[in-house]
Amino acid sequence: MTSNSNLSNMRQLVEQLKLEASVERIKVSQAAAELQQYCLQNAGKDALLVGVPTGSNPFREPRSCAIV
Amino acid sequence: MAAEKAEMDALKKECDGLRAQIEAARKAVNDGSMSAAASGVASVGRVQLKLRKTLKGHLAKIYAMHWSADSRQMVSASQDGKLLIWDCFTGNKLVAVPLKSAWVMSVAFAPSGNLVASGGLDNICTVYNIKAASPKTLRELDAHTGYLSCCRFLSDTEILTASGDTTCCLWDLETGKQKVIFTNHIGDCMSLALSPDMNTFISGACDSLAKLWDLREGACKQTFSGHTSDINAISFFQSGNAIITGSDDCQCKMYDLRSDQEVICYQDASLNAGVTSLALSSSGRLIFAGYDDFNCHIWDSLKGEKVGVLSGHDNRVSCTGVPDDGMGVCTGSWDSFLKLWN
Repeated sequence: MTSNSNLSNMRQLVEQLKLEASVERIKVSQAAAELQQYCLQNAGKDALLVGVPTGSNPFREPRSCAIV
Repeated sequence: MAAEKAEMDALKKECDGLRAQIEAARKAVNDGSMSAAASGVASVGRVQLKLRKTLKGHLAKIYAMHWSADSRQMVSASQDGKLLIWDCFTGNKLVAVPLKSAWVMSVAFAPSGNLVASGGLDNICTVYNIKAASPKTLRELDAHTGYLSCCRFLSDTEILTASGDTTCCLWDLETGKQKVIFTNHIGDCMSLALSPDMNTFISGACDSLAKLWDLREGACKQTFSGHTSDINAISFFQSGNAIITGSDDCQCKMYDLRSDQEVICYQDASLNAGVTSLALSSSGRLIFAGYDDFNCHIWDSLKGEKVGVLSGHDNRVSCTGVPDDGMGVCTGSWDSFLKLWN
């Protein structure tokens, strides 16, 4: 019994590894370039990168201005 | 007996051969590192975000939080036995959902905003309708044989769960039944994330592996190794082509799905605390990672450098989230508070 399930587990493992081995891979340099391009293209709209204008910050308490 | 042993030996040999084949294929495309490629990219400088709000209301450790798709409401879960739904613009609590089991580990907001789900040591994923006059239990999804570590809605009719029983599961909320069971991890599943196109999802587990799954077929398509301890947090990069993981080994890693390998590691000799949670800024350039050292450290995803820190919690940061509009970041902690930063 145990040896049968070990065997079938092993067969499944082989099938799984075959599946994973068959993946088409692109070069890391190309992948890196595309990830960079995505970040740089979207940087202008990334509020955590460029900052949120004080007047339109949804999480900030509206304050009255005082001249100090 | 002898025949079985012979077959077993042959299969083991085939496995070893396939593993070597995969490593060789990965090496063959490894023609340069991410950080080297990013040497020409301008630095983001020091990222200094301000604490805008501290949300007080929970009476015990916060274990999970999730933003609503409207980028305004947010749900948090605490082992005080409650889910709280917050209006993050005003800081007000909108709804309190009492839980049958206080040992909650995960919470999720449905994209529609109509439903929330939670689960934990009860092994059950409970779905609540929060638009009713008072929160109503819609479904109790009870089939996992281990704790519920993570849940994410695809829609009001489907939800994905990850469990300590080492499986993930896609459920039909109309019938309350399991549609697809994802088995391949050999350790507790700790975290999952849906791809932007909703065709695949990724899971991180205590076997230190991250796996990419086909949502409809149930097959594990790719496996990513490299971490040396439990993966507690996992997220897709917005383009859908890369994933970020955070682990008890104190590191975060980015794996590219199309080159099928780790492309950058986020580590610092001074950081000796496990990563509990992570979230990306809307362009993907910044990674907000919550650590056991009570801080949320900010990483430049392209250069692999630490560029800032969110300090203020008095205990472990257990959950981190950036809303869809990217306007801020929320951290939740064992100190029972949630903080909003931008």
